[in-house]
Amino acid sequence: MKKELTIFDNPKNVGKFRIFFYITLVLLLVSEFFIHKHHGFAWEDFPGFYAVYGFISYVFLIFVAKILRKIVMRKEDYYDK
Amino acid sequence: MINNMLPPAVLLIFGAILVPFLRGKIKSWYMLILPVLVFSMLIKLPYGNFWTFEFWGYELILGRIDKLSMLFGYVFTIMAFIGVLFALKVKDNLQHVAAFIYVGSTLGVVFAGDFFSLYIFWEFMAVSSTFLILAARTKEAKNAGFRYILVHLIGGLILLAGIILYIHKTGSAKFNYIGLDGIESYLIFIGIALNAAAIPLHAWLPDAYPNGTPTSTVFLSAFTTKSAVYLFIRTFPGATPLIWIGGLMVSLPIFYAVLENDIRRVLSYSLLNQVGFMLCGIGIGTELAINGAVAHAFCHIIYKALLFMVAGSVLQMTGKIKCTELGGLYKTMPITCLLCIVGAASISAFPFFSGFVSKSMIISASGAEKIVALWLILQFASTGVVDHAGIKVPFFTFFGHDSGIRAKEPPWNMLLAMGIAAFICIFVGVYPAPLYNLLPYPVHYQPYTGMHVVGQLQLLMFGAFAFTLLICSGYYIPEIKAKNLDIDWIYRKTGGFAYKIFDIVLNNINKIADGFVIGSAKFLTNFFKNAFAKLALFLFVSFWLIMGYRDKHLDIKKNKLYDDIMESTLPIGIGAAVACFFIILILMAS
Repeated sequence: MKKELTIFDNPKNVGKFRIFFYITLVLLLVSEFFIHKHHGFAWEDFPGFYAVYGFISYVFLIFVAKILRKIVMRKEDYYDK
Repeated sequence: MINNMLPPAVLLIFGAILVPFLRGKIKSWYMLILPVLVFSMLIKLPYGNFWTFEFWGYELILGRIDKLSMLFGYVFTIMAFIGVLFALKVKDNLQHVAAFIYVGSTLGVVFAGDFFSLYIFWEFMAVSSTFLILAARTKEAKNAGFRYILVHLIGGLILLAGIILYIHKTGSAKFNYIGLDGIESYLIFIGIALNAAAIPLHAWLPDAYPNGTPTSTVFLSAFTTKSAVYLFIRTFPGATPLIWIGGLMVSLPIFYAVLENDIRRVLSYSLLNQVGFMLCGIGIGTELAINGAVAHAFCHIIYKALLFMVAGSVLQMTGKIKCTELGGLYKTMPITCLLCIVGAASISAFPFFSGFVSKSMIISASGAEKIVALWLILQFASTGVVDHAGIKVPFFTFFGHDSGIRAKEPPWNMLLAMGIAAFICIFVGVYPAPLYNLLPYPVHYQPYTGMHVVGQLQLLMFGAFAFTLLICSGYYIPEIKAKNLDIDWIYRKTGGFAYKIFDIVLNNINKIADGFVIGSAKFLTNFFKNAFAKLALFLFVSFWLIMGYRDKHLDIKKNKLYDDIMESTLPIGIGAAVACFFIILILMAS
């Protein structure tokens, strides 16, 4: 048997990974103030627009999908009957 | 000089016939060399029209070579090589032959300069791809394959009706820009839209593709939809309906992708979403948008194939493909996992991966034209891609809860095929200039500006942040074994009734056609008796080899066929088939 990778079995590593992730998020928000913004839509100048839009889009997607599931979900053998 | 070579399509289709006769290493090399040969041929071709024939007073063009067709020719050939390498160890000749004919006919569609040859290759594509679905030899695959070919035959008939009206109106079979004007253009539009899996004509795709074999679905994912995208770019650039069809396609399938449990079905809905981006680009129709659509087709073919190859590897090595049954595979399949993440990053359009340099062109084009609603939808859809393809596929397969499965990495040829695809994804993402140079219009676009990179990263990472919060709080949508209804409900539930109607109509058409074919076949059989017997033997021996007849059985069948032909006791159906083939040969020789 080959050696297995287990780095994500250790909660410490998962914690480190998460902290790294959160730092990236903060850096992304901060870095926006150091870049040159070129002509786009007016709302693109609003600081953190993309972050907010991405977050809301994602939650909206999952929220609507939950409703959609109630409408379209059937048993796996639905068509075989 | 060029007219002395075979057209790429013909080379691959005829090349396919040899595959069942070869064995071992020679077979592997032969299959790998075919696409390389075609690629080296394409590189040398100058622009212009080649392989032109006269046919009933119409000009047939098998080689319309320009910047647009060339780029699609390149990517389809590269994809053919990757696909063949991935499927190299498959023992099933049916799959190999069908795949080569499928690739060949797609190249035929791409390089066709007239509607006659386009239509013939179009139908070849439909039939050969059906065999790739049937190759799985399961009940689901058989049923899905049947629905698939039915839908495509109807689409083909609509296209044919449009073509006939178009030729009647213009007096020529040649085509280029058509534009939405008149009934014939709408029929052609619908015919192409069906192959592009444009909503609401999309349901065949998530119905059929997840039922292929681990390797055949890789081929399926690349060719049919993207050759339709090519035709849309050729014939309907700037057609406004495409903007809104594309808008629906980028947004609706992502909800299904969230719900689906079968990874290949998730990827199929994701494919619809990606084709949606291309259709939006074509609909906008500016130089930037068209460039974006073409570039996105190129990148998408490679990274979507990469993701389907990962799914195929997982299916082959574990025998499972559902999110609910997988998880924790990174422990024993770390390379596959890494390749999956490259594919996921590419489709999510992370900076320095291929999707970023192409998708951002389309979104920027919508912004430049100030189509606000579309711009917002496209940005929303980009986040949606992060969910299903960027996070869900790698997370639930390789991480998530430990399923206890300890599968090995797939064999070297599969890893290498995925590796090549992953390399292209990163190379194009880091250094897009070579791709940009191949695009139909000059590119003045710069994807790597501070604003693009930071904006895109914010969009993606805060989407991922939302995922983290949702999954930790337990609000994230749970994976459930279920069937989610789509438009195909209409024909699957009312299918019995429709089947009867088709049965009556098609059978009557068959009878009339049979009468005609039998008439000509009788004439030809008398005329070419001996040559005919040899040709029939050649054809049927190839067929029997594919079907798995060997040695004694093959000899018995051979002798029986030869006697039958020489004594003219041949079953008429076989006679007709060979006669048709003979007519084609004569036409090509003259």
